[in-house]
Parts: sequence; structure tokens; C-alpha cells
Amino acid sequence: MDTKELIINSVQEKFSKAVEEISDFRNDLSITIAKDKLLDATKFLKEDSNLQFVMCKDVTAIDWATRKNRFTTVYHIYSFKLNFTLRLKVNIEENPPVVESVVSVWASAEWYERETFDMYGIEFLNHPDLRRMYMPEGFEYHPLRKDFPLLGIPGSMPLPEKME
Amino acid sequence: MGLEAKLTKDGFITTTIDAVIAWARKNSVYPMPMGISCCAIEMIAATDPKYDIARFGSEVMRFTPRQCDLMIVAGTVTYKMAQVVRRIYDQMPEPKWVIAMGACTSSGGMYRSYNVVQGIDQFLPVDVYTAGCPPRPDNLLNALMTIQAKIGKTKARDFQDKPMVDLELARN
Repeated sequence: MDTKELIINSVQEKFSKAVEEISDFRNDLSITIAKDKLLDATKFLKEDSNLQFVMCKDVTAIDWATRKNRFTTVYHIYSFKLNFTLRLKVNIEENPPVVESVVSVWASAEWYERETFDMYGIEFLNHPDLRRMYMPEGFEYHPLRKDFPLLGIPGSMPLPEKME
Repeated sequence: MGLEAKLTKDGFITTTIDAVIAWARKNSVYPMPMGISCCAIEMIAATDPKYDIARFGSEVMRFTPRQCDLMIVAGTVTYKMAQVVRRIYDQMPEPKWVIAMGACTSSGGMYRSYNVVQGIDQFLPVDVYTAGCPPRPDNLLNALMTIQAKIGKTKARDFQDKPMVDLELARN
């Protein structure tokens, strides 16, 4: 059984109903999982002795702007045992944009989730330290959302006063 | 040698304080290397023996703002960094000058974006803008020579009524 089949079969066997979509586009396998099963699925992927996805390489998000589930959070995870990178996706709605944090599974996700929170305003439940990553403290907007203008919102970030 | 021969022959020269101070000042401009991104590499290149900023008396890059006369802002200034740039500028003693080096500092450059200040003249009094992305060291030297010409024209009375800037040094 090749690697992809192994992953697909094990995930489907365990989470048959929670698996929303499996796609294999340009040799990148991605699995979309139901939001409430995210923590279970991540724990399973990490701890199952055949899979061992022990490394979380990135957490990011997509803003679809017009879809019913406006946001998708994306987790790139890696298994040294299989030498394989898997993409895990979770669709979440716009109001409120909340998803469970995976820091309890992969500690490396802490800063990735902070970045995603900063850029998309997605709140990660049970995150130990959900502060902004790049934008200044007190900034009210989330720049990578589709409704944020490219040049920003005038006056939203303070500049030092001009002299003389 | 010209000057020494002249001095030993007559024992004195006549000039004005303004001329002497301006001459001394313009030939010992200590830069504050505010190297924020890639322009900094060209700024460093300007100090090396090939371009040799020392020919203009500006080889002493001081990494403390308190010993500097000229701030070379070399790189993209984000809104977050703007606070830091201004704070360092405030710590420099008067009189002081600013070179906006490169497209990013002058106008935001290719970063027409929410996080980059579209020109540092929004919060700093810039004396010379330097074109280029990044500018060649020659261009920086040209900017320095322009500053020198500007300093050469200053008179003591230009600085007399300047108020001391209250620095919040206790917080550092």
C-alpha cells in the first residue's frame, strides 16, 4: 500500500463522517476535516504509530470572501516516518471565526496561530498567548482579509508627529 | 605645504567663526547608520576602500545616536519601525541632518502597502533624497556632498534659537 492510500484509509477508517473532502491536486494530498473533529484528528495523525505526523510546518488560512464558510485554516504537517507532507484543512464560518488551537498537539503551532490570528482575525480557542505577531498592539484590523484595502486604513497606525 | 607655509609666515589668518565652524562641521559629518534593509549594504559599500566615504570625513559610523550628526535612513521603514527611527533621531544632538536613502525611504518605493510608510518625510525633516533601489554608493556620496554644501552655508545664528528637545531618556 502506498503512502497516500495508507493515510487516506487510516483517516477514513477513524473519522469516516468527519472527513469532508479529500483531494490530491498536483501530488499534494489535502484532507478537509470537520471543525469539531480537528483536535481528535490532529492527535490521531500525530500519535498513530503508522502515521506519526510529528511536525507542524505551517498554519495559515484562506479568506474566501463570498463563501458561506468564509475562512479555511490550513495545517501543513510532516511525517518523518513516511517522509510525507500532508495538508489538513478546516472550514470555519465568518461569525464568529473560531477554531480549536492545535498547540496542545504541536507546540510549534503557537506562533503560526498567532500570525494567522493577526492577519485573518481567526480566534484559536485555548491558545496560550494569542497576541498579534506583526501588526502593532492596538491595531484593530486584519490585513490579509479580502475586505482590507491594500493601502490600509488611514490613521489606523500612528506615526510620530512631524517636527517643526 | 600651502596652509602651514602661510601660517608660519604671518602667524595668523583672518576669517569668521561661522566659516571655520561650518568648514569643520561639514568635513566631520558622523553618520548614524540607520540600516534597516538592503540599502544598508550599499551604505556599507560606500565605506569600503573602493568608494571610501572617509575622503569626505564621514568614515566614523557611530552606532550610538548621541555622537552623530547625520542620519542615513537606509531601508524600508514600516509603521512599527517609524517609532524607532524617530526615537533614535530624537536622541541625536543638534544640529543634525537626514538623508533618505533609496526609493523605499523616499516614497515607500515598490512597497505600496498598508504597513510601509510612504516616505519618511511624514515624520522626519529630510534634507536630501537619494534615488535608486538601492542607490549605488556613488549616489550616497553625492547625497553626502549635497549635505556638505548645505552645512557649508550654515551660520551660527541658524542654530541659536533652537529649543532643546525634551528627551524621555529615563524610559530607556
